[in-house]
Amino acid sequence: MNVDVKGPEILFEIPVFGGIGVSETIVNSWIIMAVIALVCFFLGRNLKVRNPSKRQLVAEKAVTMITNLVTDVMGEKNARWAPYIGTLLMFSAVSSLSSLTGLRPPTADLATTLGWALVTFVMVQATSIRCHGVGGWLKGFTQPIFVMTPLNIISEIANPISMAFRHFGNIASGLVITSLVYAALAALSSLVLGWIPVIGQIPFLQVGLPALLSIYFDLFTSVLQAYIFSMLTMVFVSGAQD
Amino acid sequence: MERAIVMAASAIGAGLAMIAGIGPGIGQGFAAGKGAEAVGRQPEAKGDITTTMLLGCAVAESTGIYGLVVALILLFANPFIGQL
Repeated sequence: MNVDVKGPEILFEIPVFGGIGVSETIVNSWIIMAVIALVCFFLGRNLKVRNPSKRQLVAEKAVTMITNLVTDVMGEKNARWAPYIGTLLMFSAVSSLSSLTGLRPPTADLATTLGWALVTFVMVQATSIRCHGVGGWLKGFTQPIFVMTPLNIISEIANPISMAFRHFGNIASGLVITSLVYAALAALSSLVLGWIPVIGQIPFLQVGLPALLSIYFDLFTSVLQAYIFSMLTMVFVSGAQD
Repeated sequence: MERAIVMAASAIGAGLAMIAGIGPGIGQGFAAGKGAEAVGRQPEAKGDITTTMLLGCAVAESTGIYGLVVALILLFANPFIGQL
């Protein structure tokens, strides 16, 4: 019985600066970005004010949903964040859902989620500086009393780390558990029918049960984590404004 | 021999790290129970309650996820085997 749990493989190397490894994560991210860009391009063509097509109604519905979500959480004055939040939500959800097609999801790599979390971190600090000025931003760390400064700094740094680990951990644990279940089912079916020469080689128990796991780990967790990641981004950014 | 000891200890450590799963389990169960209570009291606010509950559950989950990350590191990216 062999359990096959691996990190992203290095697919090829770019021969500059002594060889930069390009991993599965990066290739899959670019595939997903291309798919999303194609879908958006397809949805955004030939927009009309009168007699909108069904395609345009779908696109309008999606944009309205994202804008409503952002204005509900962040208030009317922050509607300009909607494009970024929408992109993050869509990219994260499609990345995690790509495990349904057999790709290794890019979000099962800490590099991807940590990258997004660092973008959020920079956005939060920049918003804080823009709304309060550099002095006000620095003064915010000494609230409510001066002794709290180290704790405030640690809690600011902990935010991106916890966001990145949460998203990564959820998707990667789904990947690990699914491969463990596949290995266990293969071992079990070879135990039951392994004595028959040819048919015994087929892991027949792998039919069915992994689909149920896939509903939870791939569909539910993926969409929920995408939602939570963008929700936390919105909450942190609007929290930095006041 | 040393390698076997390190690997066995890492496997036990990974198992122990997953005890961290108890906390989020209790917390999420509590949150779900309160959510059910809230829906029972105000069925018209079901959507808002569910959203808030799922968000809270996911945030409460992070301690368990830290335990999971420690376990994954011990199992698949063991830092101690390289030191032998």
